Amino acid sequence: MAIDAEQVRRIAHLARIGLAADEADRYIGDLESILTMVERMHGVTTAGVAPLAHPIDVGQPLRPDRVTETDQRDAYQADAPAVANGFYLVPRVVE
Amino acid sequence: MNMPRNGFPDTLVTAARALASGDFSSHELVSDCLARIEAGRHLNAFVSVDAERALAAASAADRRPADERGPLNGLPIAIKDIFCQTGVRTTAGSRMLENWRAPYDATVIERLTAAGAVLLGKTNMDEFAMGSSGENSYFGATRNPWNDRHVPGGSSSGSAAAVAAGMVPAALGTDTGGSIRQPAAFCGLTGLKPTYGRVSRWGMIAFASSLDQAGPMAWDADDLALLLNVMAGVDRRDSTSVDEVVPDYTAGLTTSIRGLRIGLPDDLLGDDVGAEVRATVEATRRVFEGLGATIVPVALPTALAGVPAYYVLAPAEASANLARFDGVRFGHRCADPKSLEDLYLRSRSEGFGAEVKRRILTGTYALSVGYYDAYYLQAQKIRRLIRDEFLAAFTQVDAILAPTTPSPAFALGEKTDDPVSMYLQDVFTIPANLAGIPGLSMPAGMSGDLPLGVQLLGPHFGEGTLLTLAHAFQQETDHHLRRPGAAA
Repeated sequence: MAIDAEQVRRIAHLARIGLAADEADRYIGDLESILTMVERMHGVTTAGVAPLAHPIDVGQPLRPDRVTETDQRDAYQADAPAVANGFYLVPRVVE
Repeated sequence: MNMPRNGFPDTLVTAARALASGDFSSHELVSDCLARIEAGRHLNAFVSVDAERALAAASAADRRPADERGPLNGLPIAIKDIFCQTGVRTTAGSRMLENWRAPYDATVIERLTAAGAVLLGKTNMDEFAMGSSGENSYFGATRNPWNDRHVPGGSSSGSAAAVAAGMVPAALGTDTGGSIRQPAAFCGLTGLKPTYGRVSRWGMIAFASSLDQAGPMAWDADDLALLLNVMAGVDRRDSTSVDEVVPDYTAGLTTSIRGLRIGLPDDLLGDDVGAEVRATVEATRRVFEGLGATIVPVALPTALAGVPAYYVLAPAEASANLARFDGVRFGHRCADPKSLEDLYLRSRSEGFGAEVKRRILTGTYALSVGYYDAYYLQAQKIRRLIRDEFLAAFTQVDAILAPTTPSPAFALGEKTDDPVSMYLQDVFTIPANLAGIPGLSMPAGMSGDLPLGVQLLGPHFGEGTLLTLAHAFQQETDHHLRRPGAAA
C-alpha cells in the first residue's frame, strides 16, 4: 500500500493536525504498514452482506422533550483556555 | 483463602467480610493501600492519587450506620483515568487533558460512590485508551509488577498494575479492543468486558463509541460479580445503555456448570498462538471437562479478520470523537496562535501523542473521499459476519473458550517501533468488541515469572454464565491466588 508525503499532508490537514516535515515522513511508513495490514480485509467475501454499525439490535430510545439541564456555563468554562464575558475566545476570524 | 497483604486481605469479598466482623477499619485498610501505592511509585500505576479524600471517605464509611451501608462500603477501588470524576484531574493519559478537571462524575463513579466505595485515585493508561502496552501515556509507561522490565498490557495498564501490585483490591478499566482483558492476562488478574450497553458510558471519555465498554478488574470472579452488580444497568444519560434485567451476579456464581456446553474454536487456536498459551487453553479445557462441562468445536471463520476491520472502524470513530479537542473549549491550547487554523493545528499537534495521531490519520484516511467504500463499509460488513458467526455459535454453546493473548507480557520497548505488531496483540480480544459480546480473561498458567490468561466469551448479556464458569474454575485451581514476588 503506497502512501506519499502529499497524501499524508492532505489527511493531516483534514484532521487539523499540524505535522513537522520529519514527522510527516515517519507517518508515511507507519500508515503504509497499517494499511497493508488493513488490506487483508479484502480477502473476505462480503457480497450481499449489510454493513453493521451497532452490535446490539435495539431501537433508538426516545425521551420526553423536556428541559432537564440547568445553566452551568461557569462550571463548564472554568477549564476553558480563554474566556471573557461567558464567551470562548479565539484568534480574530473576521477582520 | 487469599494471601494476606500486611495482614489485610487483597480481594474485595474477603475485605468486606473482615470489615463487617470488625477485624480492621476502612481507614486502616485504605491507609495501607496508600502506603503500598507510595512504595510502588516506580511502577507508575497512578496518574493522580486522591489520598486526602480517600481517607475522608473511608472514615465516613466506618461511621456509616449498618442499615445505610452499600455493598461496597469502605472498600478501596482505583479508577482508570478515562472516567470523569470531580475533585481530581481527568487526563485520559494525554497532554491534551493534562490539567483538565471534569465538571461532573461519570455514572459508574456515582454508582460506586453510592455503594460506599472509597475511590483511591486515577490510574495510568495508554493515551485515550489507544495502546496494548501502557507505553503510550503522556505520564510515562507503566511497569508490570510481576517483572518490571515487562509491560503490564494496555490500555488499562495502571489499573492492572495497581491491582497486581496489591495497591488496591480492584480497579475499573475500559475495553474497546481488549483493554481490560489483555492487561488482566498480562498481570495475572480476572477482568471482564461486559456486553456493549450493559454498563453506562456516560462520563467515560470516548475513543470508539460503537465498541467502548467499561468493566471491572480484580483477582477473581467473585470480586467482578460484586462490582458488576453495582455498575450494570440502564442509564437515561447514555442512550446506548440497554434496558435489560440485571441479575444478581454474586448469587449466580455458585450455579452448577455441569452440563454447560463450552465451544472451542479452532479458528482462534492457529499458528499465531504460542505453545505455552495453547497448552494453557488445553489445561483449562480439561478442568472444565472435569467439572462436568461438555466441550464442543465451534467455527468462527471470520474472527481473525477482526484486527484489520477493527483498525478501520476504531480509528474512524476516534477521528470523529477526538475532533472535539480543538483548543477552544477545554484541554491544551498552543501558545500565541496566529489564526484559528493555527490554533487548531498546533493545539492538536502538541496535545496528542504519536499513537493518537497515527490513529486519527488512519481513520481520516479510511473515511476520506474515494476510500470510504473500500475501507469503512468493508469493515462494517466483516463486523456483521463476525457477529453473526458468534450468534450462530451461541445457539450451540453457552460460552466459548479461547486464548486472551498470543503470548505472555512482552518486554518494555519491544514493540514500540512497530505499530502493526502491537496491534496484532489484540487478535483474540477484538472479535468480542466487534460483536458486542461479553468477554472475561482469567489467569490459567505461568510462563516463567509471567502469568498467562485464557478468555471466556458469552452471548449478549451472558456475563452471568462467564462469571459462574470462572468461579467454578477458580474453586478448582489456584492460578488466581498467585501473587507477584511470591515463591513459586
